[in-house]
Amino acid sequence: MTRPGKSVSSGRAGSTRRQFLLGGAVAGVGAAAAIGADLAVSATTDGPAAEPAALNGEQTVRFYGAHQAGIDTAAQANGLFVALDLLDGTTREDLVRMMRILTDDAARLTQGSPALADSEPELATVPARLTVTFGFGPRFVARARGIAPGWLKALPAFAVDRLLPEFSDGDLLLQIAADDPLAVAHTARMLLKDTRSFASVRWSQQGFRRAHGSVRPGTTMRNLFGQVDGTSNPAPGTADFDQVVWNDDGWLAGGTSAVVRRIGMDLDKWDRLDRGGREQSVGRYLSNGAPLTGTDEFDEPDFEATTPIGFPVIPEFSHVRRARSENTAERIFRRGYNYDDRPIGEAVSLSGLIFVSFQADVDRQFVPIQKRLDQLDLLNEWTVPIGSAVFAIPPGCAEGGFVGETLLT
Amino acid sequence: MNLLTLRQSKTQSKTQSNTGLRSGVVLAALALALAGCGTTAGASPDDAAGAAEPAGQNVTLTDGWVKAADSGMSAAFGELTNAGPDDVTVVSATTEASSMLELHETVENESGEMIMREIEGGFVIPAGDTLTLEPGGSHIMLMDLTDPLEAGEEVTFILTFADDSTFEFTAPVKDYSGANENYVGGDAEMDMGDADHGADSSTDSTGTDG
Repeated sequence: MTRPGKSVSSGRAGSTRRQFLLGGAVAGVGAAAAIGADLAVSATTDGPAAEPAALNGEQTVRFYGAHQAGIDTAAQANGLFVALDLLDGTTREDLVRMMRILTDDAARLTQGSPALADSEPELATVPARLTVTFGFGPRFVARARGIAPGWLKALPAFAVDRLLPEFSDGDLLLQIAADDPLAVAHTARMLLKDTRSFASVRWSQQGFRRAHGSVRPGTTMRNLFGQVDGTSNPAPGTADFDQVVWNDDGWLAGGTSAVVRRIGMDLDKWDRLDRGGREQSVGRYLSNGAPLTGTDEFDEPDFEATTPIGFPVIPEFSHVRRARSENTAERIFRRGYNYDDRPIGEAVSLSGLIFVSFQADVDRQFVPIQKRLDQLDLLNEWTVPIGSAVFAIPPGCAEGGFVGETLLT
Repeated sequence: MNLLTLRQSKTQSKTQSNTGLRSGVVLAALALALAGCGTTAGASPDDAAGAAEPAGQNVTLTDGWVKAADSGMSAAFGELTNAGPDDVTVVSATTEASSMLELHETVENESGEMIMREIEGGFVIPAGDTLTLEPGGSHIMLMDLTDPLEAGEEVTFILTFADDSTFEFTAPVKDYSGANENYVGGDAEMDMGDADHGADSSTDSTGTDG
């Protein structure tokens, strides 16, 4: 579709002295008219099939269901993670009221409708696949007088960790994600207004992937090291995914767990590493994410393959080697976002990854992986975990119910 | 035509064909005729509908909510829809959450200020139309809360219509920074947040705390 572009340039080329005198506005109108005319022509020649594509901003993700949305939902372009601390006086009864309100807000906003008492209702009309996912920290479950799964606690201390309290822990997680950043911001504002009687913001992390429409849906994301990040994820909608992600125990049945870790990435140090070294550190090609023993992103890494002089093609210290377990239960579903904050001092970047993983059981699935990476992973040279939090993600709810009802009623 | 009906034609324009013109008329009417605010609620249009269905059967409320408050006053909002063939009039409201309720409208006084006051004759919901109760507009005023209204609570209201039929609905309580209902100097002056008014507007308010 180069036609509109052509007509823009021809419109500019044909601009007259009068248009020049009248300023850019007239030229702009002329160009717009030219595009319109051109599109009209192509629409008629293309026949009835050439209906304008539905706007992505109008797309919605179902809110109600057995599972909360925002986990098996294809990751949206923008993700915001907010952790709240419950106020001292917030009781179990208060939690019921809070979750009823937040559920109602999320149910409306994700479907493109303003929340009740929404003071900016116009900002609610472009959901762009908005999802809101709620998670409960250990103290939330204690206040609810519920039984917490054994893994619902801070992760064991890892030698690589340099954790900051301002990016760690929390009682209530809000994961708000959409292809439109304004939808995310409005939703966060609305939800946080409705938590004020019950909780206060502990930390907030804003993340991004590629914008909607920039790459084909389903393309594995790239992090700010340039790496393809998330290739080995189980595919949503498969039995494999269901087994890795969904918990089936008690009030968490249909839910899962979320590990949210802020991983600082030292881009300046990474810059000093040549391309070969970068690929060796991960065990994958930067070009397409294929393992160093393969050609396609989704080729299985061959850890037995050796170079002519006998070294493993995928080094023992590489991330892909260290993250992989013989035990197939030790797998997780990653759904992270990049962050790129304002640099401090002389630095030119303050960047990294909001690592987010979902798994049925943190201790059984996530911790063994992280232990191996903690012991040896060449990527640790360029990364440092600076935040860490674990949440229980309750199941979804039906219309009329609320998220958390299996714990709170 | 009373002011509320006019307001409806302004905000619920889907059923009106000459919206633009009506809006102009509304503004003109508001500007010119506000001295006559006492006449805004005329005779109930459903007075004559003797054989009509009870009003309460045709009315529904959607998106109802109540502003959280520790004590004193609060307000309830939502969209009241009248699916029936006749206009209906809400003449009163009750709830256990407040010992006294009033039906309030927002109108402009002679000084051009927006003021809150009890509507005479009640809320008219035109046939097949919707009356929006919203901050800065008409609302159900809870004059004296019996207990704190906490976010997430559900409050049940019963509306009574001119034909004595009733309609019950439940609405959640929400924290909301606007819709600040305050008496000023003991007068029935309501500060609805976005309704800008000066200190002397209380002279135009009807006494509502009696």
